[in-house]
Amino acid sequence: MLEYILKRLIWTPILLLIASFFVFFMGNIAPGDPAELILKNRATPEKINALREEMGLNKPLVIRYFSYIKKAVKGDLGDSYIFQGKKVTELLIPKLLVSIKLNIAVTIISVLIGLPLGFYAAKRRGSWVDPTIVLSMLFLFAMPVFFTAPLLITIFAVKLGWIQASGWNGFFDKQIILPALTIGIPGAAIYVRYMRASTLDVIDQDYIRTAFSKGLNNYTINYKHIIRNSILPILTLLGFTIAGIFGGSLIVEIIYGIPGVSRLALDAIYQRDFPVLTALVLIGSTMLVLANLIIDIAYTIVDPRID
Amino acid sequence: MNSFNQKTLFSIFLNQLIKRKLALICISILFIIYFIGIFAPILSTHDYAETNLAKTQNGPNMENWLGTDRLGRDIYTRVIWGIQNTIIITLITIITGSFILGISLGLAAGYFRGKIDIFIMRLGEVISAFPDILLIILLAATLRPSIISFGHYIEDTFGFRGILSSGIVDYLVIGIALLPLSWFGLMRLVRGQVLSIRNAEYVQAAKAMGTSNFVILFRHIFPNILSPIIVSISFSIGAIALSEVMLSFFGLGVQPPRPSLGVMIGDVTARGGASISVLRNHPEQLLAPIIVVWLMIFCWNIIGDALNEIFNPKNQY
Repeated sequence: MLEYILKRLIWTPILLLIASFFVFFMGNIAPGDPAELILKNRATPEKINALREEMGLNKPLVIRYFSYIKKAVKGDLGDSYIFQGKKVTELLIPKLLVSIKLNIAVTIISVLIGLPLGFYAAKRRGSWVDPTIVLSMLFLFAMPVFFTAPLLITIFAVKLGWIQASGWNGFFDKQIILPALTIGIPGAAIYVRYMRASTLDVIDQDYIRTAFSKGLNNYTINYKHIIRNSILPILTLLGFTIAGIFGGSLIVEIIYGIPGVSRLALDAIYQRDFPVLTALVLIGSTMLVLANLIIDIAYTIVDPRID
Repeated sequence: MNSFNQKTLFSIFLNQLIKRKLALICISILFIIYFIGIFAPILSTHDYAETNLAKTQNGPNMENWLGTDRLGRDIYTRVIWGIQNTIIITLITIITGSFILGISLGLAAGYFRGKIDIFIMRLGEVISAFPDILLIILLAATLRPSIISFGHYIEDTFGFRGILSSGIVDYLVIGIALLPLSWFGLMRLVRGQVLSIRNAEYVQAAKAMGTSNFVILFRHIFPNILSPIIVSISFSIGAIALSEVMLSFFGLGVQPPRPSLGVMIGDVTARGGASISVLRNHPEQLLAPIIVVWLMIFCWNIIGDALNEIFNPKNQY
């Protein structure tokens, strides 16, 4: 087990280096000369050349990559091409916080709906309840957010006027409800699926039959024996939350006008502000890889059978 | 016993399938959708790019079966052409990502083990390190100019015309952008399956007879791991279709004037941009493209579930 954890710990930074090189490379073959973008209409061939020299753009890619990584480790992800004089991190962090808050709300909704429903469906296996829950969740899951987001806006903002059609006022505000529901309800389908499957796994175990034959009451069996064991595999799903922050809420952020990471990413693409996009993908992958690492290690500690 | 032996696997499969009515309904729905998409050139009533400012935002009528959009284009025609685009892109991604990369790399990794296995697995880990939607967007945004200039180069060098106007560029961009995500899951599945049977007696026997690795892989191993592969691919088709719709929605996929379900949805919702006036006044224009997307995802999931139950009765996921 220790060997496994050590191996993972050594591989992770290498993995991140390779991943970041790929992103850096893609940012470089992207269209548009950064010097030209920065100078805008003041660009003359001499000025462009001077700026390229100053920014070190004439050096080989690998050298530029390593100086980028050196700075990145210290928390400096370069300057934005479009918002002059702004550090990428300055632009990014407030947006990141918005997306994180939104996705926390989403995860809470998904877990609160998904886990009880999944558990209940498994307990009622063989009756009409189980397939009804599974099917209706699948139906909601398949519903494209392109549809639910405009639909909810039309009903609650345009027709009923309860909230504004777009905007963001932080975590504790009614503006968060619609976007969080829009992603959270279909997202619950995944939790239902996994919770149902892992509960079914546990229900068929011998120790549950033993617990029943001992005459333990239902409550004890459900909570102490079944849920405690079946909820463990669900932990891995929390990695989805991280993925949700970086792109999972993309369409919803755009349609509801939430100033999160996704809006920033799209603007960066449309305006060719590649340092921002590169930084975003870099932070996203780092968080994803670290989250998976922590989940895996936690998992090996909790369940030593895995190797 | 005899009668059981006479049944082929396929007939058992068909029997099982017929018991699952919902899956059959879904198969019929998908069949209709794909049929319409494939025969879009015959079934369309207008030109998909033809605008008519004299009759914009009309409801359904005899001439425009599903009405017209804000430029007076026929929604029915645009939807069926959009379906065709989705079909083409799904096919490209399934063939390149799932068949060529996913299955063959999985077979190689599981069968040969050693350095090949480590290399393929590590490569997959690097790719799954990225948040997937961001990676798709990054690829689609950065690759398009390179692919367009490559298209120009081909046209100029070989004297072809029409590469750029045929929409091949769009298909290439989306196909490549979706590629990294479409192979790793399947590869890992295939690899795991191969690992579990590579030491089976019939494989050992084939090896002892001096059968070549290629024949062992494709004649002895592959048919035995086919069912989980079919299940996995049927689940992924809906996701691929949705990714294409999403890319086109953001203007990174299929480019106007070519219609795509994503472009149509994006037009009505203005991609969340300044004005959502079309959405306010004519939300019904969303219905046709949305219902098609919804049905595609839902039906593929149901079919995946049904296939999973038939092929792997023990696996409840």
